[in-house]
Amino acid sequence: MSSANDTLLSVRDLAVSFRSGEGVARAVDGVSFEIYRGETVCIVGESGCGKTVSALSILGLIPSPPGEIVAGEILFHGLDLVGLNEERLRDIRGKKIAMVFQEPITSLNPVFTIGDQIAEAIEIHESLPRDKIHQRCLELLKDVGIASPEERLQDYPHQLSGGQRQRVMIAMALSCMPELLIADEPTTALDVTVQSQILQLLAALQKRLGTSILYITHDLAVVSHIATRIYVMYAGLIVEQAATDTIFKSSKHPYTQGLLASLPSRLKKGQQLPSIPGTVPDPAHRPEGCPFHPRCSFAIDSCRVEFPEMCDYGGGHLSRCPVLFKDVSGEGDRP
Amino acid sequence: MTDRTGTPLTWNQRLDAPSRPAQSRLRESWNLFVSNRLAIAGFVIFLVFFFLAILGVFLTSGTQPVCDPSLVRLEEKLRPPLSRPNVNVLSSQEIPPLKIYLLGTDELGRDVFSRMLQGAWVSLTVGFVAVGISVLIGVFMGGMAGYFGQNYVKSGHVLGVVLIGAGFALLGMERWTAFSLFLIAGAAVFFFSGGYLRSWSRGPGNTSFPAVLHLPVMTVDTLIMRTVDIMLCFPSFFLILTVVAILPASMYNIMIVIGLTSWMGAARFVRAEFLSLREQDFVTAAKALGVGKFRIIFRHMMPNALGPVLVSATIGIASAILTEAGLSFLGFGVPPPHATWGNILSDGKNFIFDAPWLTYIPGIAILVVVLSFNLFGEGLRDILNPKLRERP
Repeated sequence: MSSANDTLLSVRDLAVSFRSGEGVARAVDGVSFEIYRGETVCIVGESGCGKTVSALSILGLIPSPPGEIVAGEILFHGLDLVGLNEERLRDIRGKKIAMVFQEPITSLNPVFTIGDQIAEAIEIHESLPRDKIHQRCLELLKDVGIASPEERLQDYPHQLSGGQRQRVMIAMALSCMPELLIADEPTTALDVTVQSQILQLLAALQKRLGTSILYITHDLAVVSHIATRIYVMYAGLIVEQAATDTIFKSSKHPYTQGLLASLPSRLKKGQQLPSIPGTVPDPAHRPEGCPFHPRCSFAIDSCRVEFPEMCDYGGGHLSRCPVLFKDVSGEGDRP
Repeated sequence: MTDRTGTPLTWNQRLDAPSRPAQSRLRESWNLFVSNRLAIAGFVIFLVFFFLAILGVFLTSGTQPVCDPSLVRLEEKLRPPLSRPNVNVLSSQEIPPLKIYLLGTDELGRDVFSRMLQGAWVSLTVGFVAVGISVLIGVFMGGMAGYFGQNYVKSGHVLGVVLIGAGFALLGMERWTAFSLFLIAGAAVFFFSGGYLRSWSRGPGNTSFPAVLHLPVMTVDTLIMRTVDIMLCFPSFFLILTVVAILPASMYNIMIVIGLTSWMGAARFVRAEFLSLREQDFVTAAKALGVGKFRIIFRHMMPNALGPVLVSATIGIASAILTEAGLSFLGFGVPPPHATWGNILSDGKNFIFDAPWLTYIPGIAILVVVLSFNLFGEGLRDILNPKLRERP
C-alpha cells in the first residue's frame, strides 16, 4: 500500500442523484475510492451502475438542473472539488485532471482542425507564444503515435479514423501534463486491435509522464492488462475493491465472481458462457437491503433487509458481502 | 512487414494509414452549388448589384459627382430611356457623362440612372445592416435560450429589472440622485439573486440573504422564446411603420428598426441547433478541458449552428430590401432629396401612363435583386443541409 502522502485523489461517500419525472434517481450512492500517484485504478461495472457519473462529478461536469451532488467530498490534493466555484474548477480541468471520452467520433468539434483543438487545450492553461504551442502540438501527436503529424494538424476530425481520433483526444488530454487522467471507456468504440494499441499507448505515456489514470470500463479483459487496483461498482455502490491479482484470483463478492465467470477463456471452450441473470436495478427503484440480492445465488434472508457493510479481508481487499465473509471467518473459527 | 520498396515500416505507419476522402467538403459544396443554375444566377446578380451599388457611391457622392442624382433639368423632364439630351438647352455640366439618358428622366428632369445608382447603395446597406443587427440579436438570444435555457430566472432578477426600469422612468423626470440610487439597487439585486452570493457561503442553509429573491419565476428558455412568440404576433410591417412614424426619418433608424423586428427567426434556428449541440460529446469534452462557458457558446457551438442562420440571413436581406422599398414608397423611408428605389417608384406612380419607365425600372430592379437573394439563399440551404438535397 502506498502512504497517505501519495494520495492524489480521494473520493469519500460521494452521492449523486438525478431528479426525473418519476422521482429521485440515486445514480451514485455513497462511493469512496482513492487514487495514488502514478497508479492505474480501474472502475468496473455494468452499464448504468454509475461509473461515468462518478467520473464526471470529479470534474464537476454533472449536468445540473437534473443532477446534483448531494453528499460526499472529492479531495484532490486535499482540496474539495465539490462546490468549488466554476473558475477554480476550470483551472483544474484540463490542467490537473483531464478526461478522455468514450466516443472519439463525437468528442472532437467537427468545424475545427485537429491542430486548432489541441492548441486550444494548451492556450487555455498556459501562456505560450504561437510557435511554441505549434511545437508542442507536433510533439504531442508524435507521442501518441500519429504518422506525419505536421499534415494531420491541418486535418479536420472527419478526415481521421476512429483510432486516430482517440489518439488525438489523448493528445489533447495530455497537453498540459495532467496529474490525473480519467479515461471513460476510451476503447469501447474501437475494434480490438486498435483497442490494444490505445492501451499500450496509455501505459507507455503513463510510465513516461507519471500520470495517474482512472480507467472506467465494463471490460474485465482490458482491466487485467493495465490496472494496479480495481474497484467493482454495482448500482451506485462500490461492492468490492482490491489489487488486480486479488480480484482475479480470490474475489469475495458474488457480483465480481459472476463477472469473472462470464469472461470467455480457453478453458471454457465448447461450453456456454455463464451470465448473471437479470439486469442492473433502476436507480430510482433500488431493492431493499443488498442491491444485488435479486440476482445473487448466495442470497439469504438477511440480504433482503440489511444493507451490506464493507468486510475487510486485509491488504486493501474490501468486499460488500457479509454472507461470503461469514463463511470465511466461520471456517476459520471451526476447530 | 515491409512496403513495396522493401523498407520495413514502423508500427505506427502500418496501422492507421491516413484516410483522406477523395473529395474535400469545400469541393463537394462547390460542385453542388455550380450544378444549381438558379443559385448561380442569383449569386451573379448579387455580385453585379453589389459592385454597382459600391460604384454608385463613388459616382453619385461628393460636391461634383460624375452622375448627379439631384440635378434638376426642367426642360428635359420625362424623357424616355436611351434618349439623347438636348445639347442646345443644357449647360455643359448638366449633360450626363454618357451623353445619353440611359434610363430616362423623371418629372423634374433628374437622371433616373444616377438616382437608381444612389438608391442601390441604400438598398444594399439597409439589407445588410438590418440583417446584421437581426442576426446578432437572434444569435445571442437563441444562444442564451439554447444553452442556459433550463436555468431559472429568479424573482430577484425581475425585481432588479423593475428597479432599473423605474430608475429610468425617474431619469425622464430628471431626478438624478434617485435615478442613480435605483440603478445601483437594481443592479445589486439582479446580481445577488443570480447566486453569486451563494457561491461564497455554500449550502442551502444560507439564510444571510432573503430567500424571497431566489424564488424561481420561469426558465430562461420560457422568457426568451415567449418573447419571440410575442414579437412574431405583431404584423411586423405595421409595427415598423408605427415606429418609423414616431422616430425622425433617417436611413439608420430604418436599418435599426428593421433589424430589431426581424431577429426571431434566427433566434429560433440557433436555439434549436443549440439544444442538440449542448448534448454533444465535444461540448462536454471542451468543458472537461477547462474551456469557459462563453468560449464554448461562441467558439465551439456557434460555428456548428450557423448554417441555417446563414440561409435565413440571405433570404432576410431580400425581405429587408423589400421592406425598405415599401417604407420609401409610403413616404416613411429615407428622406426625399436622397433617392431610393422605393421613392423613385413612389414618385413615378403619378406618371405611370405618361412615363411608365419611372415605375418599371425601380420595380424590376427590386424584383430582380430580391429574387436573386432568395435563389441564392435556397441554393445555400441545399448545400448546407444534406437532408434536403435531391438525389439524382
